[in-house]
Amino acid sequence: MAQEVSSTEISSSNVITLKIAKYNPEHDEEAKFAEFKVPYERWTTVLDAILDVKKHLDHSVAVRYSCRQASCGSCGMMINGRPRLACFTKISEIKSDVITVEPMKNYPIVRDLVVDLSTLISKHRKVVPYMVRDDSEITSPTKEFSQTPEQLEEYIQFANCIKCGLCNSACPTMATDSSFLGPQALAQAYRYVADSRDKGKDKRLKVIDESHGIWRCHFAGSCSQVCPKGVDPAMGIQLLRGYLLGFRK
Amino acid sequence: MRESIIMKIHYGTALGAVALVAVHILFRITMMDYTESLQYENVLANYQFIPYAIMLELILVLLSVHGFNGLRVILLELKQGRSYERAVTYGCIAAMAVLIAYGSRTILMASMGMA
Amino acid sequence: MANPGRYGIERFAYWLMRITGLGLLAYFIGHIYETSSLLNGKDAWDAMLEMTQTTEGHVLLTLVIGMCVFHTANGIRVMLGHGGVGVGKPSRPDYPYAPASQNSMHKLCIYASIGLAALAMMYGISVLFGE
Repeated sequence: MAQEVSSTEISSSNVITLKIAKYNPEHDEEAKFAEFKVPYERWTTVLDAILDVKKHLDHSVAVRYSCRQASCGSCGMMINGRPRLACFTKISEIKSDVITVEPMKNYPIVRDLVVDLSTLISKHRKVVPYMVRDDSEITSPTKEFSQTPEQLEEYIQFANCIKCGLCNSACPTMATDSSFLGPQALAQAYRYVADSRDKGKDKRLKVIDESHGIWRCHFAGSCSQVCPKGVDPAMGIQLLRGYLLGFRK
Repeated sequence: MRESIIMKIHYGTALGAVALVAVHILFRITMMDYTESLQYENVLANYQFIPYAIMLELILVLLSVHGFNGLRVILLELKQGRSYERAVTYGCIAAMAVLIAYGSRTILMASMGMA
Repeated sequence: MANPGRYGIERFAYWLMRITGLGLLAYFIGHIYETSSLLNGKDAWDAMLEMTQTTEGHVLLTLVIGMCVFHTANGIRVMLGHGGVGVGKPSRPDYPYAPASQNSMHKLCIYASIGLAALAMMYGISVLFGE
């Protein structure tokens, strides 16, 4: 495709080449890259650049985004070969004249930069991602399940997960093992197991103790490297293993 | 067998093999000159020393289990499917058994003086 | 395009662990077959030695030594990690959200494993080629 330049007046002297993977599975056999010249400022994010392209140069670019502030997890994509949130990645921090954006790896592609996250959701569901108890707060004398600050610290970082799917995209096991639960689901399993209010530990441990469960994690740590919210799924998974190995009760 | 049990075996065989293989290698390089230690008579004498033969048998079993379980894990992660997974699991168990049987034959016959 | 440095040394160690594991398994099978020639008498054993005690054989054995030491040392690091050792403690995350599990202790252990493997290979060369 011919190189195109933004039709807005280029006030900034900084211009980046943005290569966007274009692929429509309905009529394309493989992805092709479309190149666009996009002006940017010090604060311009990759998402800003993509939306600039969408507004002025190629309206057909398919991209999923929402909050633009790294809260919703919608804009996950491969940016120069690494899974990142487009709204949370400034062009100036990439330190390259060419920025290549592609859909996240390890997910089926819907179109262009949009992937199908239903496997992420279904695997998340498998680990029973909610409080499991026989009683409820209504019947408790204090009308809430109390927790000390120390008990909260045990799991709060894992509750930061925004289900962006970047960890699953970076995971080397998920690249070839479609049955693997994945770092997102396993970290969430730990989030609930470590929560002092939860009583569903055995139920979850049974789910993860299978041939494509927790044991297919080999501590490559790529999930933690790419997590934009500091969840550190690799830590959660190794701590969760302790329950199955008998170190933790 | 639950995967957690298989992995505990994987860790256990790893630790056991590390210790015993270290002894095996030390036997080769400390008892005498390395090249001399590979001479037929010296190797045979090692096999006929029963504690050493038992150690070799243990190494054989530990490393076969650890190695083929590792191969099973790598193959299971490469491709999925009920029949494929079953074939990989039973294939690795069979290969493990064959290797242990073949190696044990060598150890037994050599230690009994049939070499 | 494959980029071994994209995700850090931990990812590199993951791949090296797989490659060395497969290499060691292949060597182990060969070693079991090679030692079985003992049962066929001294001539068969000496013929086998002639095949393996060559420059190529020594180079292969040196590689095996390196693979064995790396796989062992890194394996111990991974096992400790699996047991929750050295992966950090859960705490409230704060920007820039550096993951506690990807800490310098584990990175150092990986580099140490590679270093130990190199040292072992050098020692192996001195023993194999030194005679």
